[in-house]
Amino acid sequence: MSQAVLEPDAAASRGMDLLRFATAGSVDDGKSTLIGRLLYDTKTIFEDQLEAVESASASRGDEYTNLALLTDGLRAEREQGITIDVAYRYFATPRRKFIIADTPGHIQYTRNMVTGASTADLALILVDARKGLVEQSRRHAFLTSLLRVPHLVLCVNKMDLVDWDQAVFERIADEFTSFAAKLDAPDLTIIPISALNGDNIASRSENSPWYEGPSLLHHLEHVHIASDRNLVDVRFPVQYVIRPQSTTVTDYRGYAGQVASGILKPGDDVMVLPSGLTSTIAAIETADGPIDEAFPPMSVTVRLADEIDISRGDMICRPQNKPAVAQDIEAMVCWMDETAPLRVGGKYAIKHTTRSARTVVRGLQYRLDVNTLHRDEAAGELSLNEIGRVKLRTTVPLLADEYRRNRTTGGFILIDESTNRTVGAGIIIEAR
Amino acid sequence: MSQTKPYRVSHLDALEAESIFIMREVMAEFERPALLFSGGKDSIVMLRLAEKAFAPARIPFPVMHVDTGHNFAEVLEYRDRRVATLGLNLVVASVQEAIDTGLVRELPDGTRNRIQTPVLLAAQEKYRFDALFGGARRDEEKARAKERMFSFRDDFGQWDPKNQRPELWALYNGRHHPGESIRVFPLSNWTELDVWHYIAKEDIPLPSIYYAHDREVVERNGMFYAVNEFIRLRDGETSEVRRVRYRTVGDASQTAAVLSEADTVEKVIDEVAATRITERGATRGDDRVSEAAMEDRKREGYF
Repeated sequence: MSQAVLEPDAAASRGMDLLRFATAGSVDDGKSTLIGRLLYDTKTIFEDQLEAVESASASRGDEYTNLALLTDGLRAEREQGITIDVAYRYFATPRRKFIIADTPGHIQYTRNMVTGASTADLALILVDARKGLVEQSRRHAFLTSLLRVPHLVLCVNKMDLVDWDQAVFERIADEFTSFAAKLDAPDLTIIPISALNGDNIASRSENSPWYEGPSLLHHLEHVHIASDRNLVDVRFPVQYVIRPQSTTVTDYRGYAGQVASGILKPGDDVMVLPSGLTSTIAAIETADGPIDEAFPPMSVTVRLADEIDISRGDMICRPQNKPAVAQDIEAMVCWMDETAPLRVGGKYAIKHTTRSARTVVRGLQYRLDVNTLHRDEAAGELSLNEIGRVKLRTTVPLLADEYRRNRTTGGFILIDESTNRTVGAGIIIEAR
Repeated sequence: MSQTKPYRVSHLDALEAESIFIMREVMAEFERPALLFSGGKDSIVMLRLAEKAFAPARIPFPVMHVDTGHNFAEVLEYRDRRVATLGLNLVVASVQEAIDTGLVRELPDGTRNRIQTPVLLAAQEKYRFDALFGGARRDEEKARAKERMFSFRDDFGQWDPKNQRPELWALYNGRHHPGESIRVFPLSNWTELDVWHYIAKEDIPLPSIYYAHDREVVERNGMFYAVNEFIRLRDGETSEVRRVRYRTVGDASQTAAVLSEADTVEKVIDEVAATRITERGATRGDDRVSEAAMEDRKREGYF
């Protein structure tokens, strides 16, 4: 195995930023090998882990060190050679810290891929160069665009098995590009790789002189993510009200929360929803002192100039730029429960930002076939891993934006009130 | 929060913001949360995050120490000092007491990590804690890579990896029936190096055993164990004084030290960045038992 020279330098790593990416692809495409390779080439794998993998590979009769074994966490997965759930992995280079949401590719795990994509800055889809695009690749691309993951990388893997044939790569790249164009797809990068041998992973490979783009790791390190955040619409969901019961700090009321979008500054005129009362920001505080501005993803405490009644679930925004205050919601819902389907008339608990309410399903407009994008308007319910367009009515108004504009104020989860399980994830299309 | 240029957030600041969000979420949604505090570096960082999440108010929940009775004196001193400084309410769940009353049985090998679980669960039931903050990180071990931020536990405290709640965006589902509870892991996305960088950045004091010091140790299976009341020399073993530090702090009868010259936080960071062995692999006898040791312990109600 080749050793790349990518030591996370201790002093430099304090100034790194953070990139979250989701991987999609099946075991057969070499997804686990690719992740193992990224971890190995960034020296994230430790000797004791590598020894364990080497001895496990040998006892299984594998002909090479099976890096995939690094990422199979649970006994059932090792026994069956599958991935059954989202797993999170970590590695860092001097430029960035990375969090991988490693999700299984098979259709029965659509919910896991949706979960991983919900927080991802980038999605990485893997295809086998010998097979080209398959149904699964299109499904992954669709889910990536549905969840508005801003950056997409297609890795054409196992190029060594097609003799690094440029024509094979070009054909797959062209086909994927034209498919992605229909998807309102984000920024797309396509890279020929061999995860097994490490080509074009940590550094450019001599096997593909015809490829002029970056290695995978170089792209991950340099892809520009700062502009992906919404810094325009001020949205501050109030999470918790801090009121110290103390003799030294008196009359303190601070509204604690994480900035969902926009930039807040002391002196700004603000409106609080759903009440519609207005005030100005008196101060933005952290435990380390007051600050001049707050933006995502900062967790801060906002103090207002006026005493108004504010509680958890309220939203601080600007008077001229407000989310909808809406009880009628249209959304794409991914159903995640194996025990019972989503039915019209069904009642669920709903969690949206820091607000909880109850909701009833008013209608199911269509069920979407995630492989063909065909809309089945006759569908009466959504089963596990199915996605459909749903009309909801909530007991209290949600303070909501369209998901395409705001991934934080546009997403919600549905919870079964008897089992308490999270049964669905929703992406708001329209809120009235 | 430090900013190097406009609207840019460093990875440590992003992790801190996420952890603070999670702590506030728990405080808002649960009746009786508590924070599991061992005096180890991860729970020390968690305590700092809790300070930050609720400032200028005090930390609004108690801390609980599941005390194996096998402690390093430096860690207990640290615990008591920290609790006094922050004005915290400390609950101690004692494994020794549980052995004395017959709740758990001492294992033949005398180690106590495994028998902590019933003691933790009994204390949780006694004080009716519906959420427990733990300092576990997903980078520590393979089974933990699959763990949620909000980890649902049934009324036996058990974790079922095949029955976990999906977690999307920053929407955490903490709903549960009476008797059930949630373990919350605000440091899920932190790595060992992140923890050390944060300790340096925040200038957080640690128990002295985390820094290089001379100690009488015995070498077993390539690991260096302190010779003390919990670890006695076996036939044929000899002890020697070596310069060591601890990477993790657990049951003193099964936590090993590593050879080290790092006596400052910066030197520790350099060593951690360069080390080629995982934290647990280097120091925890209990994880070496089997490929699925952690998974099995978690199912029983361990963190």
